[in-house]
Amino acid sequence: MTGFTAIDIFSSGIRLATPYLYASIGENFGQLSGILNLGVDGIMLMGAYAAFFTTVKTGSLVLGLLAAGVVGALLGLAMAFISVTMKAEQGISGIGLYLFGLGMSELLFKKTLGEVQTVAGFAPVYIPWLSNIPVVGEILFRQNVLAYGAFALVPVSWFVLYKTPLGLKVRAVGQNPEGADSLGVSVARVRYLTVTIGGILSGIAGASLSIALLNVFQENLTYGMGFIAVALVYFGGWRLSGLLTGAILFSMVNALQLWAQVRGIKIPSEFALMIPYVITILVLAALAKRRIHAPAALNKPFERGEG
Amino acid sequence: MKEMDQRIVRVLASLTPVGAFLLAILIGAVMLVIFGANPLMAFRALVSGAFGNMNALADTLVKATPLLFVGLGICIAFRGGVLNIGGEGQLVVGALSAALICLNFPNWPGWALIMAALLGGLFAGAIYGGIAGFLKAYFNVNEILSTIMLNYIAVFGMNYLLRGPLIDPMQIKLGSFIPETARFPRATDLPRLVPTRLHLGVGIAILFAVLVYILLWRTTIGFRIRMVGKNIRAALGAGINVKGYMVLGLLLAGSLAGLGGAVEVLGVNHRMFTDGSAFGFTGSAGFNGIVAALFGQLHPVGTIPASIMLGALLTGANQMQRVVQVPSALVGALNGLIVVFVVGSEILRLRQVRRVDRTLRVASTPLSEEEKR
Repeated sequence: MTGFTAIDIFSSGIRLATPYLYASIGENFGQLSGILNLGVDGIMLMGAYAAFFTTVKTGSLVLGLLAAGVVGALLGLAMAFISVTMKAEQGISGIGLYLFGLGMSELLFKKTLGEVQTVAGFAPVYIPWLSNIPVVGEILFRQNVLAYGAFALVPVSWFVLYKTPLGLKVRAVGQNPEGADSLGVSVARVRYLTVTIGGILSGIAGASLSIALLNVFQENLTYGMGFIAVALVYFGGWRLSGLLTGAILFSMVNALQLWAQVRGIKIPSEFALMIPYVITILVLAALAKRRIHAPAALNKPFERGEG
Repeated sequence: MKEMDQRIVRVLASLTPVGAFLLAILIGAVMLVIFGANPLMAFRALVSGAFGNMNALADTLVKATPLLFVGLGICIAFRGGVLNIGGEGQLVVGALSAALICLNFPNWPGWALIMAALLGGLFAGAIYGGIAGFLKAYFNVNEILSTIMLNYIAVFGMNYLLRGPLIDPMQIKLGSFIPETARFPRATDLPRLVPTRLHLGVGIAILFAVLVYILLWRTTIGFRIRMVGKNIRAALGAGINVKGYMVLGLLLAGSLAGLGGAVEVLGVNHRMFTDGSAFGFTGSAGFNGIVAALFGQLHPVGTIPASIMLGALLTGANQMQRVVQVPSALVGALNGLIVVFVVGSEILRLRQVRRVDRTLRVASTPLSEEEKR
């Protein structure tokens, strides 16, 4: 591995941001409307499995991606039902959803595929002209479709959230559900929508691991990435620019750790692997004194005042 | 009559977890059918694998033990309004510190070494849970996220220790490098209760269930923990050190899980090992303990039968896997569903209780002037 250059590090850093971006942007939709979905990691695992299985069986990456989106949507709907209609405690029910996804994806994998195999995932697409720019082009414009999609999602969701009536409703429902309700906005419908969008994006985040980045599936493939994605939403202060910064920061840390291992730098690999989790805790603690507040209604079921 | 009604409501309320369990089992049966397995055969294998003979029963109780330790901690934490998802990591650090003590002081008398190892596990778990509590109380860090991150950190720490400084010298000599410690001195084996794998740890866990009950409902500290969990404003108003009690809740939860890890390693494995993830050692007890506590309605005594039931499910799943060829991961998925159903049905329960309360109140209070008109 002598050809592992700085450009390769940054390029893989950009690529590794893909799952973080999809999952945290999805989670951000839910949280802005007041729903904390902690089941992201479980949905990612199910999405990763669905995409992998479908791709192995049909040979079509597009169908695989679609399957991940559908599975993610179903699990998102389930989470919406639990948290909006049943008004369940969101933290614990998310953990339940995680355990379900963790067990179910392992069960299905063992029952339907059985052994670790690989697929030919989404290949890099060289963007004409741009990919020939030295350094910048090599880093940014030789990625796979899902990576481009993840970065394109940042401005798209910014537009939806801040420039459309729907986005206004989402944010209103998260800040002041009583007020939104009195203006005729259906709090429940908005929350169902955002949590389902979150589910779809989490499913795609899983697919980006199993059919674009790693091109394998195994039990517990995500190793807590979904939880880091939730932490990224706090880190980003519920703003898309913050999410983007956070996702790139984390993926660069991952890339550097890969690089250190390839170079045989003498730190035990276990400590290198620990870094993202330690940073997550430190970052969350460092944000304590910041003057950004979570959506006011986050993690609070909406109950129409009946007197 | 009134008391009668309330009693009926309470009985119905305590049955909701059972309903949640049955619903999960039903879904499990449907999945078995989809996989082409006979659900009746599968469940028969599961039950006989869990209760079929003395050994099976003993294994069920042994499996239930770490669940009970973690679950008891969850009872304290959840009652105190803090969510401890860090059972996995706390079990691991508890077991690791027990291992360190057993391997470093092999010449101590057995009972002293056992006591030291158990206390070591308890303290390690307390520190590990306490970190999350401290971060929540003073830095406003969501404890669910911090405890989950601490789980992964504990696993990597364990892998480092077991592949490096703590590895069994025999593994180096043989060149096989299996990441595990040497076997602990035999004097540290927890006594077996009957000629099965059942060990004293089961008794310790039940003893602690009683202690946790006394702590929560018979002491001022317990009252304050529950008050902070129930109504933080009232607790603040009453001058309770809310932040301190948040830390305490997670610290106690961590200490029980840490003790559970130490008991597990002294009672079952007699050495620490890793399969690279936490599951190899914990068997997901850190998560399943949450299921047990929720199932036991966050009551320490209720958590005992809940742990045994889940222990049976986990033990029986292995037999089921052999007989009908359905991976035991099925039980993991069903446990997730049980959590969702129990937490989700809470609203039904509350609604029902509230409705009856209201009718009772209306029936028992004289009409006000306004209502008379």
